[in-house]
Amino acid sequence: MNVSLNVRAAVLSVGILVLFLAAWYAATTGSGPVAPMDPEYAKLMGLTATQGKSAMPGPLDVAATLWGHLRDPFYVRGTNDVGLGIQLGHSVLRVAGGYLLAVLVAVPGGFLIGMSPLMSRALDPFIQVMKPISPLAWMPLALYTIKDSGKSAIFVIFICSLWPMLINTAFGVANTRKEWLNVARTLEVGTLRRAFLVILPAAAPTILTGMRISIGIAWLVIVAAEMLVGGTGIGYFVWNEWNNLSITNVITAILVIGLVGMILDQALARVARLVTFPE
Amino acid sequence: MATFDDPYDPSKPLSRLGCSCGRHASQADHEVDHGADTSSGSEARLTRVVQGAIMRALFPDDLTRRNFLRAVGTSTAMAAVAAFLPVGLATEALAASGPLEKTDLKVGFIPITCATPIIMAHPMGFYAKQGLNVEVVKTAGWAVIRDKTLNKEYDAAHMLSPMPLAITLGAGSTPIPYTMPAVENVNGQAITLAMKHKDRRDPKQWKGFKLAVPFDYSMHNYLLRYYLAEAGLDPDTDVQIRAVPPPEMVANLRADNIDGFLAPDPVNQRAVYDGVGFIHLLSKEIWDRHPCCAFAASKAFVTEMPNTYAALLRAIVESTAYASKPENRKQIAEAIAPANYLNQPVTVLEQVLTGTFADGLGNVRKVPDRVDFDPFPWESFAVWILTQMKRWGQIKGEVDYAAVARQVFLATDAGRLMAEAGLAVPAATSKGFSVMGKPFDPAQPDAYLASFAIKRTG
Repeated sequence: MNVSLNVRAAVLSVGILVLFLAAWYAATTGSGPVAPMDPEYAKLMGLTATQGKSAMPGPLDVAATLWGHLRDPFYVRGTNDVGLGIQLGHSVLRVAGGYLLAVLVAVPGGFLIGMSPLMSRALDPFIQVMKPISPLAWMPLALYTIKDSGKSAIFVIFICSLWPMLINTAFGVANTRKEWLNVARTLEVGTLRRAFLVILPAAAPTILTGMRISIGIAWLVIVAAEMLVGGTGIGYFVWNEWNNLSITNVITAILVIGLVGMILDQALARVARLVTFPE
Repeated sequence: MATFDDPYDPSKPLSRLGCSCGRHASQADHEVDHGADTSSGSEARLTRVVQGAIMRALFPDDLTRRNFLRAVGTSTAMAAVAAFLPVGLATEALAASGPLEKTDLKVGFIPITCATPIIMAHPMGFYAKQGLNVEVVKTAGWAVIRDKTLNKEYDAAHMLSPMPLAITLGAGSTPIPYTMPAVENVNGQAITLAMKHKDRRDPKQWKGFKLAVPFDYSMHNYLLRYYLAEAGLDPDTDVQIRAVPPPEMVANLRADNIDGFLAPDPVNQRAVYDGVGFIHLLSKEIWDRHPCCAFAASKAFVTEMPNTYAALLRAIVESTAYASKPENRKQIAEAIAPANYLNQPVTVLEQVLTGTFADGLGNVRKVPDRVDFDPFPWESFAVWILTQMKRWGQIKGEVDYAAVARQVFLATDAGRLMAEAGLAVPAATSKGFSVMGKPFDPAQPDAYLASFAIKRTG
């Protein structure tokens, strides 16, 4: 039954994909109305204006562009024109930097908040205010104070991926089962040992959930941040192709962004499975 | 007079209208007929730029200059001016070959054709010729380019010409002394409207329009406001003007989010190319030879690294000189079209730079000076910009127009030196320009400002 469910789900997925591609293809092949034009004038105009070609690319155009990028992902043709692979590398490195910083702050911070009801109450209003702030709202402030666009992007990743981890860690720590803590107390386990040997394993699944939410947010934020500061990264690539009104390249980038986001999420899901325990 | 002409030639006018003998459309045609030698080395050209700057400052009134030169003779005039003014020194400063303090530079630009001299100097080797290893970095928007320059991530940058003024005054940012040693381009902007408005060509019918400009502190904003106000519309209440980054303009126009924009090229031509809009008016029809974008650097960079600064400015001036020749424009369009620079179809850039373009309404127009490149930062430009900043409430209170203009637009303070030397300084009155037929007198900014019916000053 289980196997057949997987097979059926796969068939359905492929079916949805084919249907979507067919609809996309049909929607973009038609040509719009074309006004008669003087040939000298037509030479100066683009295909959309002269042949009524849809400004939206079809699936075949996107596939061709994607193949072009995949075939040569690491070219460098100057500061502002490097391959998709290099752009992705820049983005992943930035995300990794900001995200690791956030882990370093959020996990100990979450422990502190979770283990001390006083800190929890005291810090709660700040967390609630900071949590919903959009990454892009931080950007001008970061650029102004940090005075370095690369570090500003990392700071924005940091500040946005901090909160879910902090809250989840605090929640996981605060909700460690009382029985386990009581057993530890009976055995006169020291605070540090209790934190590392009892609370950490107990809270690990919740912490990992927080980290998984955060990596998703970090990857969302990097595209926006790079579109804003430019220079390098996948967000810059999208902006640069938007500048050229090249929807084909933008769609290609969207696909790639989605794939990389999925890989990051799945990697953390693997780690989460390692620390999960049956109750 | 073109920036690269000999300012000591009494037969040449300082203005660009017609030639010295009056029988040719331009000085270039005149020189072709008379077999003048227009090819000159880069050293000579630099000397001319400096001399031209000094002569302009000495004789803002063209007639005075020509009479003066005729009366005393060119060689006497040159000797007299050289005695009081360090022409040689000024030229040497610009041509200084001292050791470069720094050879790896970063220069930021926004991908629009205004930045042509800054961009093309890279693929065409003008930076390399000065021994500089310049990285030209594409930047996402004006606010970012401002912040990155203030952060010293960029050594120098492409800016809108009002921006150095705004930065120096601290409008919209912290006040930091900024300099604008060269203008990039003159003209080269246009008002583009959505196709559905092709029958509403009179701005009086534009009430309720949503229009876009690239930045609040831009010539585009001031020119659009001026144009609307001349038609009797209040740009703050009758229409909505919003700042939209150039690359988003065409997409917004297609999505019917805005009715039109006053934008730098290639955005206008791109809208036409994609059949989204038509070119309503070239900015040269509002104010012919208005400045637009500029090459700007912090005052700290200028004073701390004079040799590097001189080499960089030399590269920009040479590049601008190359770009100012119409016969080079096609080659330039090809050089700056790739993804590393403007990332646009070559045909769009060619139409912008050569001035033979489709207007979006089925006509091919030929306007060779649709965009031109001229590095001289006239102080009167800055004064005009300051009057408009004050007119629309961007700066408040009293402004010492001339002082700010001089501080920011690095023209020479030859007038002061003249006065110290006991020479009569001609009153700078008649050297102005006209915006939509209304003359502007840089010596009377307050009177000019007061003459507008629609303004935000209290």
